Amino acid sequence: MLTSILCLGGIGLIASLTLGFAAKKFAVEVDPREAAILDALPGANCGACGQAGCSGYAKAVAEGRLAPNLCTPGGSSTLEAIAAILGIEASAAEPVVAVVKCQGDNEKAMPKYQYLGLTDCNAAQKIADGPKACPGGCLGLGSCERICPFDAIHINDKGLAVVDRNKCTGCGKCVSVCPRGVISLAPKSVTTHVLCNSHDKGALVRKYCQVGCIGCMICKKTVPEGYVIENFLASVVYEKPEGIEAAIGKCPMKCIHDYATPAQKTAVEPDSAA
Amino acid sequence: MNNQLYLSSSPHIHSGETTDKIMRLVIYALVPAVLVSLYSFGLPALIVILICTIGCVVFEALANKAMKRSCTIKDGSAALTGILLALNLPPTSPWWLALLGAAIAILIGKQVYGGLGSNPFNPALVARVVLLISFPVQMTAWTAPAILSTRLDGISMATPLGLAKEGVMLTGQLPEIVHTGLLDFFLGNSAGSLGEMSAIALLLGGLFLLFKKVISWHTPVAYILTVVIFSGIFWLVDPTKYPSPLFHLFTGGLMLGAFFMATDMVTTPVTGRGMLIFGFGCGILTVLIRLFGGYPEGVSFAILLMNAATPLIDRYTRPKIYGQMAPQKA
Amino acid sequence: MSLKTFAGGLHPPDSKSYSEHKAIEACPLPEELVIPAMQHIGAPAEICVGKGDLVKKGTVIANAKGFVSVPIHASTSGEVIAVEPRMHPSGKLLPAVVIKPDGEDAWDESLKGGNPDDLDAEALKKKILACGIVGLGGATFPAHVKLSPPADKKIDTLILNGVECEPYLTADHRLMLEESERLIDGINILRKVLGIERAVIGIESNKPDAIAKLGKECIAHKIEVVPLEVKYPQGAEKQLIDAVTGRQVPSGCLPMDAGVVVQNVGTAAAVSDAIRLGHPLVERIATVTGPGIKEPKNLKIAVGTPLQHLVDQCGGLVGEPGKIIMGGPMMGQTQLSLEAPAIRGTSGLLIFRKEDIDTREAGPCIRCGRCVSVCPIHLQPTLLAAYARLDLIDEAESANALDCIECGCCTYICPATLPLVQSIRYAKGGIMAKRRKS
Repeated sequence: MLTSILCLGGIGLIASLTLGFAAKKFAVEVDPREAAILDALPGANCGACGQAGCSGYAKAVAEGRLAPNLCTPGGSSTLEAIAAILGIEASAAEPVVAVVKCQGDNEKAMPKYQYLGLTDCNAAQKIADGPKACPGGCLGLGSCERICPFDAIHINDKGLAVVDRNKCTGCGKCVSVCPRGVISLAPKSVTTHVLCNSHDKGALVRKYCQVGCIGCMICKKTVPEGYVIENFLASVVYEKPEGIEAAIGKCPMKCIHDYATPAQKTAVEPDSAA
Repeated sequence: MNNQLYLSSSPHIHSGETTDKIMRLVIYALVPAVLVSLYSFGLPALIVILICTIGCVVFEALANKAMKRSCTIKDGSAALTGILLALNLPPTSPWWLALLGAAIAILIGKQVYGGLGSNPFNPALVARVVLLISFPVQMTAWTAPAILSTRLDGISMATPLGLAKEGVMLTGQLPEIVHTGLLDFFLGNSAGSLGEMSAIALLLGGLFLLFKKVISWHTPVAYILTVVIFSGIFWLVDPTKYPSPLFHLFTGGLMLGAFFMATDMVTTPVTGRGMLIFGFGCGILTVLIRLFGGYPEGVSFAILLMNAATPLIDRYTRPKIYGQMAPQKA
Repeated sequence: MSLKTFAGGLHPPDSKSYSEHKAIEACPLPEELVIPAMQHIGAPAEICVGKGDLVKKGTVIANAKGFVSVPIHASTSGEVIAVEPRMHPSGKLLPAVVIKPDGEDAWDESLKGGNPDDLDAEALKKKILACGIVGLGGATFPAHVKLSPPADKKIDTLILNGVECEPYLTADHRLMLEESERLIDGINILRKVLGIERAVIGIESNKPDAIAKLGKECIAHKIEVVPLEVKYPQGAEKQLIDAVTGRQVPSGCLPMDAGVVVQNVGTAAAVSDAIRLGHPLVERIATVTGPGIKEPKNLKIAVGTPLQHLVDQCGGLVGEPGKIIMGGPMMGQTQLSLEAPAIRGTSGLLIFRKEDIDTREAGPCIRCGRCVSVCPIHLQPTLLAAYARLDLIDEAESANALDCIECGCCTYICPATLPLVQSIRYAKGGIMAKRRKS
């Protein structure tokens, strides 16, 4: 009995001494600011800053290699925290969110063919440029959903990607993964968007989509400053968003959408704490 | 615009082989063993088998629902797990033991890892070992076979492996039955769990699987051969203390393990070389546990231990790729 | 009988009985020919004719652009009625020359043939390039590139690919039976270009008539005919080289690194026409087949013939079409419609009915290892697919994803019906994108 107690106790003592010694001897010097910045970052490792993960970014900021305002997910609160750690003044970039510029779900937009295979937009796009007749429409196979680090974009039951504007931090991962460029980043303060990504002529768009922009110019005529039409596709001028809601009811294809409509008002309320 | 045409990546034809078909064939292959167990233990065996099988299927469906996964009971893997579990239980198992086993197999052995294809350990064996450790009395309550009976009258009888272990422990020598009872063990006339009864019934099922190319020969051959050779070495050293290789072959769960458990695709290596190593490891561990371990039977432990080594084996048995350092004949 | 072969692979039902006994038929010209500029691996040719131009059969309508490229020729005489983007077999709208045949089908007078004995290797190669010869097995790799190995690569064997391991297709089989003279002549010319003696024709043993016929005729020319085991993908370049010579092409290298040049039998026949007659590659043999075709046939078609026209020549469709495939069922490309034209690489048109299509959803991998045992490159497809799914591009690269030849064996055998090849292709795309970046 005594032998075993001594044995185990001895082993424990030696092991703890060794560990303690190793921890002291081989300790890696870390800039304390780097650790503090890492704590201030959201820790999502999303890569929006261009680094592989948050620790890389924290190191780069501490060493002064990168600006402190590149963390879009963290937004202004993270920026303030980093600025305080570094003792500098920093101006926040305007918060942005991802917008899926398509409303053509399985009911409203025509398929080009029946796709069989890997459930992935990039894989499907390689087969005759994707299974949707519209060359710009959302394929709904969820590449964005899988890559989103914030669980902020989902494919709804009709096969269309929908952004949760509350959760979206504007990191832009979905934008770069989408093979059709349907998703773009837009200022969070602007809630009205033209939800179409087809540059085809109106007559062709009508053939394959019930809610596609036909480039009829009515929105531009209603709010000349707020809209611009390029290659048969209207889009909002984000720098001049005053009064653009006026065109919503006028659009014959119903492809202008306001995320701040009463039903969704709560969803777009700025919520920096989250 | 004809938008009803199918487009896909090549290839455009398929062998027709499916997961359900594989599972179904394995279930067919177990029919002889199930029939022997029914013949030997009658109604109680039937009840154990039914509880395990239905239990597994029901737990699978419930787990699918709870985890919001698509329902996977149609692929037959849950039913197969149930049958395998039943064959690993003693015929006297109370209903709650069987049901608990089904729950452990499906929920802890399989679904928590993500369902079919993701579990590192053979679900049926996980359940058996958990039960064996938790309920040693119920799990080792062996009775003598009672042909087509409606209830077991509780004539307790030790398994051949149990007898051997006991004999060596108590007297230092193997009991007589180890040398004389080989034919009975082979045909299924001895005590044991439902699936340990008849080596010949299991062998038939195993050969059917090999013939249908559901399993490859590597694992069972490596496993059985290793057991024969390794136990044979001990037997040659001291035949009074160590049973013969034939005894090892025809008793316990070796046949069930070699043909049905160690060939479970999900939890074993994917390459032929990997399967050979897997079978070899199972064989060594089985003999070691049987001869020197605390339990009389080591098949389940051996296979579970080797399951844990599967990722490692897979890693080191990657096939040599075409054109990699190919010998160039000038 | 032990036949030469490679390790791995499988044997899908060959389904060749639809058309293997049908003699080659000349397909009449359609009302318009659509000839895309993009018909080969490498840079697309540059269109050099305009609307209203009159062309003869064999007139150049698009020039080669770069070394890995070939010119493209008019497939018949007539008028260019449009130069515009048209439906391409890839499912995209790509630039094409549309020709309205004048019915004369007259060859361009400037095309002159000659006796190969009067020409040296360099002149022969030039002629092969000028005639736009590409690999007719389906990959359409420009022939002159394969015939121009760098000086440090010593070639000693020419392998003629008469394997035709793709199920359903019988075009090469019929060519070997019916046009063996052109084939043998082409082989002799190719040997002269490469300056080598040894030439081997590899044929799967399910074509005994072709083996017997060529075996007899080739003795005088010292060309070996090697019967090969019936196994897919026996006709893949690397597997064919392994089977015939016992050598392996080093990973990431070309057949010439193993001292071998492989050409399809159809390519050899086209080389003969190019040299003897001066005729460019404007027609080829293609198999129109499948359960969705009323009367499967082997047709000699003009490049640019719309697929609909081919179907019409074969008695039309049976039932509702489910999948239209250009090429064979293992590696062919699905089509959006019958609008696209047959091009130089079109070895066949295969149509499945709606009821022939397997639309089951993929299940989870059960690690059965069947894909590992059939992979002719000895990769672990299930592992690569898992890497692709998790976007682990570096891991996929170190597991040799780039060595995959996309033969389709793994997907064919997978009991979980996982689209393994597509996943690996996805990983390969990722690796290539990463390499371009760095």
